[in-house]
Amino acid sequence: MILRVGHLYPEYLNIYADRGNIAVFVRRAAARGHELRVEEVTLGTPLRPGAHDLLYVGGGQDREQAMIAPDLAARREAIRAAVDGGAALLAVCGGYQLLGRGYRGRDGSWLEGAGLFPHETVAGETRMIGDVLLESALPEAPGRTIAGFENHAGRTVLDPGAEALGRVVAGYGNDGSSRLEGCRVGRAFGTYLHGPLLPRNPWLADLLLSWAVAHATRGAPEALAPLADELEAEAHAVAAGRARSRGGRPA
Amino acid sequence: MNARLALEASAARLVGRLSRAAGRGGGTTLPGKLVWKLDPGALDALAARLPQGVALVSATNGKTTTTAMASSILSGSRRLAWNHSGANLASGITSTLLAADGAELGLLEVDEFVLPEVMRRTSPRVVCLGNLFRDQLDRYGELEHVAERWREAVAALASGATLVANADDPPVAALAEGRERTLLFGVDDPRRARGGLQHAADSKYCVGCGHPYVYDAAYVGHLGDYRCEACGHARPALDLAAAEIEPQGLDGVSFTLHAPHGSARVRLAVPGLYNVYNALAAASLSLALGATLDEVAAGLERFRAAFGRFERFTAGERGVLLLLIKNPAGANEALRTLEEGGVPPTLVVALNDRIADGRDVSWIWDVDFEPVLERAGRIVVSGERAAELALRFTYAGFPRDRLELVHDLEHALDRGLELTPAGGELAVLPTYTAMLELRAIATARGLTRPYWEGVAAP
Repeated sequence: MILRVGHLYPEYLNIYADRGNIAVFVRRAAARGHELRVEEVTLGTPLRPGAHDLLYVGGGQDREQAMIAPDLAARREAIRAAVDGGAALLAVCGGYQLLGRGYRGRDGSWLEGAGLFPHETVAGETRMIGDVLLESALPEAPGRTIAGFENHAGRTVLDPGAEALGRVVAGYGNDGSSRLEGCRVGRAFGTYLHGPLLPRNPWLADLLLSWAVAHATRGAPEALAPLADELEAEAHAVAAGRARSRGGRPA
Repeated sequence: MNARLALEASAARLVGRLSRAAGRGGGTTLPGKLVWKLDPGALDALAARLPQGVALVSATNGKTTTTAMASSILSGSRRLAWNHSGANLASGITSTLLAADGAELGLLEVDEFVLPEVMRRTSPRVVCLGNLFRDQLDRYGELEHVAERWREAVAALASGATLVANADDPPVAALAEGRERTLLFGVDDPRRARGGLQHAADSKYCVGCGHPYVYDAAYVGHLGDYRCEACGHARPALDLAAAEIEPQGLDGVSFTLHAPHGSARVRLAVPGLYNVYNALAAASLSLALGATLDEVAAGLERFRAAFGRFERFTAGERGVLLLLIKNPAGANEALRTLEEGGVPPTLVVALNDRIADGRDVSWIWDVDFEPVLERAGRIVVSGERAAELALRFTYAGFPRDRLELVHDLEHALDRGLELTPAGGELAVLPTYTAMLELRAIATARGLTRPYWEGVAAP
């Protein structure tokens, strides 16, 4: 089957090895007989309704993020419609922030977001940098862990009742105090975790891919056939150990 | 030297000797760490006692090699205080100056983050700024943040000091705007340009107006001949240029060096366009310090690889080529050089994640390993994060059955040598701390000289 991926602003948002996440999607889809067609969606390109089974938004440097933020915010309706229509979405770091309601800068400035995730981000004085380990908060994956690396000055505060991606076992997470990390709306996830995220957390890639397949077939999600994943398991274990031994300490 | 400094210096030298005697490496930074902790002002006093002053070199990539090349040019006629082992933080620089009794000129590579403080304390005659690439985001933060620190430091630089800057790197070249004493260098050979900007290219947008640059030639990462069609901002005129560049496989590269008062043909014994940039930086720095063009050309030709950067040694019937990789731009150039010079059949790639390597290993996904993976026969991945490398390579399509995980570096080196046919060469690509460890292994086996004896010294 052909799965259509929309990669948003790859020229601008690519700071933390975002193409690693795309490579994982491509190869794991191929291992199940699916072909991923990755389309670039950038400044001035329309986001056509129903055109993508999976959307990906990475992170960028402040300057690049500011360049694309108005364009992304203007896609509010299109992104909401895609997620409401059952498309899967993964947003990492800057993309995660910009898909919330907005970002309050140190100088009080307000950068309008696309409003998909029910959160707001406020710039902090220090960056929260280090290895992170989460325990999944997803009903689809109880007991699973997610290992990654975070590097963000923004403190992202979820609205009451909003769903997180995971609970922080080690590291800072969304804001360094709530012990929550990431946000989930329908089949959309946002997270600060890079590293990149998916190579060492392949089940998360498979979950998103199963949703993309469901979107493409207009059917119910079905778990993908398991892969060996020995290297992935080792990389996960090492990264999880790093988070436990040297991850950030939330307040 | 004042009495306090003399006392601190002699105590520090003792610490260095004890450190070496205890087998704790070269003791290159321990004495400086001590003095730096006791009295940071000692750095000002140590710099002030050098009769010919201080020259500083900073860049994301190439500062060790540039400084070593400049040493090769300058050391014949001057006694240098040179931090050749790459100890480039304030403590390492303090150590170098402490140990350099009788030196006339300080030739110092400086970490890009600590550059502003070292500039403030040492009142340099010349500051040479090579490039800015994204590097260790967990430690340095975004490139723009480092560029902003450099702008402030350059603004505070004495007007009598010369600023040497890479004209081909937009934010670095912009530092020279409005200054009187500047020397700008760049590459001028469109035949050697790349098809386009690489995946991880930084600084793609105009420093003036934010519009994407148009490149008439992109040479290394975002370094090249750029112009902005929106506001007209463009690469400034070059004072020094490299033209007619002829690569010679993995053995070297030759080029014509055009300088303000003449030209010279130079043959470098290290390969790669990035080493041409390093040579241009070293040449500009040396000319600013009063070297002649003949001295520059001869010094560059004498130069051999700097510490762990394209260093070669022999292990029995096999050669070992040691190529430091530490960030996407630097690794891409090392890999491109391998690709152009002939990829050895076996590679050892080692990834550590200590502070000096960067704790965030995501950068390996921004390196364009793919062309080398297509040509490599077997790859041994090693280091503390070997599994991450294995994922990087297998998700790029490298066959799992031609990939081996050997966590221990010494075992990985031996396995790589075992897989290399007699008479062949093994390429070893380690991150910084893995490189230090591999060099120590090679030194223990008598294959290289220990680094505190000065590998790159003429």
